[in-house]
Amino acid sequence: MMTQDSIDRTIDNRVSDQAAESTFKEVDDTDRAIPAIEFRNVTMIYDGRKVLNDLSFKVMKGETKIILGGSGCGKSTTIKLVLGLIKPDSGQILVEGEDITNYNENNMMKVRKKLGMIFQEGALFDSLSVYENVAFKLHEQGVPEEDVESEVRRMLRFVNLEDAIDKMPAELSGGMRRRVGIARALVGDPKIVMFDEPTAGLDPPTARTICELAMKLRDLEDVSSIFVTHEMNNLDYLTSEYAVVNEAGEVVFEKEGEKLCLINSKVLMMRNGEIIFSGTDETLRRAEDPYIHKFLRGH
Amino acid sequence: MNFIARFLFELQEMSLLAGRSARGIFKKPHYVPESIAQMDYIGVGSLTIIILTGFFTGGVLTLQTYQTLESYGAVDQLGYLVSISLVRELGPVLSALMVTGRVVSAISAELGSMVVSEQIDAMRALGTDPIRKLVAPRILALLVTLPLLTMISDVMGIVGGWAVSTFLYGLPSQMFLNSVRDGITTDDLIGGIIKPLFFAFLMGTIACHKGLKTEGGTVGVGRSTTSAVVMASIIVIIADFILARALQLILGTQT
Ligand SMILES: Nc1ncnc2c1ncn2[C@@H]1O[C@H](COP(=O)(O)OP(=O)(O)OP(=O)(O)O)[C@@H](O)[C@H]1O
Ligand SMILES: [Mg+2]
Repeated sequence: MMTQDSIDRTIDNRVSDQAAESTFKEVDDTDRAIPAIEFRNVTMIYDGRKVLNDLSFKVMKGETKIILGGSGCGKSTTIKLVLGLIKPDSGQILVEGEDITNYNENNMMKVRKKLGMIFQEGALFDSLSVYENVAFKLHEQGVPEEDVESEVRRMLRFVNLEDAIDKMPAELSGGMRRRVGIARALVGDPKIVMFDEPTAGLDPPTARTICELAMKLRDLEDVSSIFVTHEMNNLDYLTSEYAVVNEAGEVVFEKEGEKLCLINSKVLMMRNGEIIFSGTDETLRRAEDPYIHKFLRGH
Repeated sequence: MNFIARFLFELQEMSLLAGRSARGIFKKPHYVPESIAQMDYIGVGSLTIIILTGFFTGGVLTLQTYQTLESYGAVDQLGYLVSISLVRELGPVLSALMVTGRVVSAISAELGSMVVSEQIDAMRALGTDPIRKLVAPRILALLVTLPLLTMISDVMGIVGGWAVSTFLYGLPSQMFLNSVRDGITTDDLIGGIIKPLFFAFLMGTIACHKGLKTEGGTVGVGRSTTSAVVMASIIVIIADFILARALQLILGTQT
């Protein structure tokens, strides 16, 4: 669907400037010690059943946490908790060090400004066009229309969907809806982004595009994220490649190797609402647990 | 016991929703375009059914009472009888029920499908309060349009009654219209406006509450739509009785 060239072309200067900055800047701010997201002993009960059981983990600044796990193990529930769309039955949830567990809807709205969420099914507003969907946040903030338009076009270019700008959600394919959902979530450059199975049901090149997007956010824009997936090639991409800006100012993806070892992607594996693995992809692949074996190899 | 507890819980939730949307109407941001769009949909969109119901209700009232009145020699009171029934009772209640069928169902189905397709969650995730953006404009639009629709329905009912009495029974136009004019009091008109205001508030709250509480996919949307319409219709009729009694006490009208 999208060739390497076209991806490069879609990146505008703003992105490359920031990229240059973040790649060569020395990482020394104490601020980074505070995790972007932290769960402390979170338990969530639905109809008397523990859907999440005593969940604790941290997502550090600039880190991508890949959450793996079978269907129904509580992945979507976890990221909905981060946004405060649902409240845990016990435990604490912190966003950038701020305890949001008992925040009411009003306070939550301020926290959500920092967060972007890509819903599993897209969750586009049916009654609004693609343009209005992506512009939703800006329209709500009363941004002047010229600025809205240029921002919407920039975001749609980012997901390679500028042609669909005037379409209604019902006219889009599943993958296009997902990408509009991504564009909508990334408006306003949130520092923390949640991806809920963004590649499920997409063809491999489109899935790859979405992974590249997540890598660009991680490596060039210092975004912290949770990336829920149960596709192994997503895991491979995200844990073995990184985005850099080359001399020509283009974004390219390089394999980790002698030059650099990726430390900003961690894996978390869940099963029945509990964490059964947490660590790097290398240790995951070496893990003895039969369930993990089966999950990674499919048999 | 369980039933009562559930009822009280739902009542509490509805009051909270009503309170939050009332605050939403007065606080910034004001969703003016949304409110106007809803007024257009609810008000202008319901005109046809309101005109038709009003006209034929007035017509049938005349049809059913003319002969009785004639046997008592009281046909000069026909306009009074028709208009008082319409303005006090049938206009407000029938308009509310018609709008319930058309609008309450639409609102709860729309909000319900937004819930099951996660659009409400998406809206909250994008930092917008669905109660202000979706609920408040709908309740406001109902509050503005239902009294107007009721008035239109009253007028059309009187026209219907007049048409039947004139063209079917050959009653002189002037006799009918005079008894309408002499019969209706200001209190009747005030009551005729107050009732739809209450109805609109109740209907809007029920519709939005049921819609937002939808659970369980598309089946759930059907369920919440049905229960919204049933509940709104019953509440309108019960509230009508309570309001009628309250208005009698406050305004001192005796029928
Ligand atoms: N609103 C709800 N009411 C009751 N149970 C729920 C609700 N939402 C989720 N669950 C239950 O919680 C569990 C976890 O659901 P969740 O959506 O988090 O799964 P998931 O890991 O995202 O799965 P998938 O990979 O299929 O998206 C499931 O067993 C589901 O049945
Ligand atoms: Mg899920």
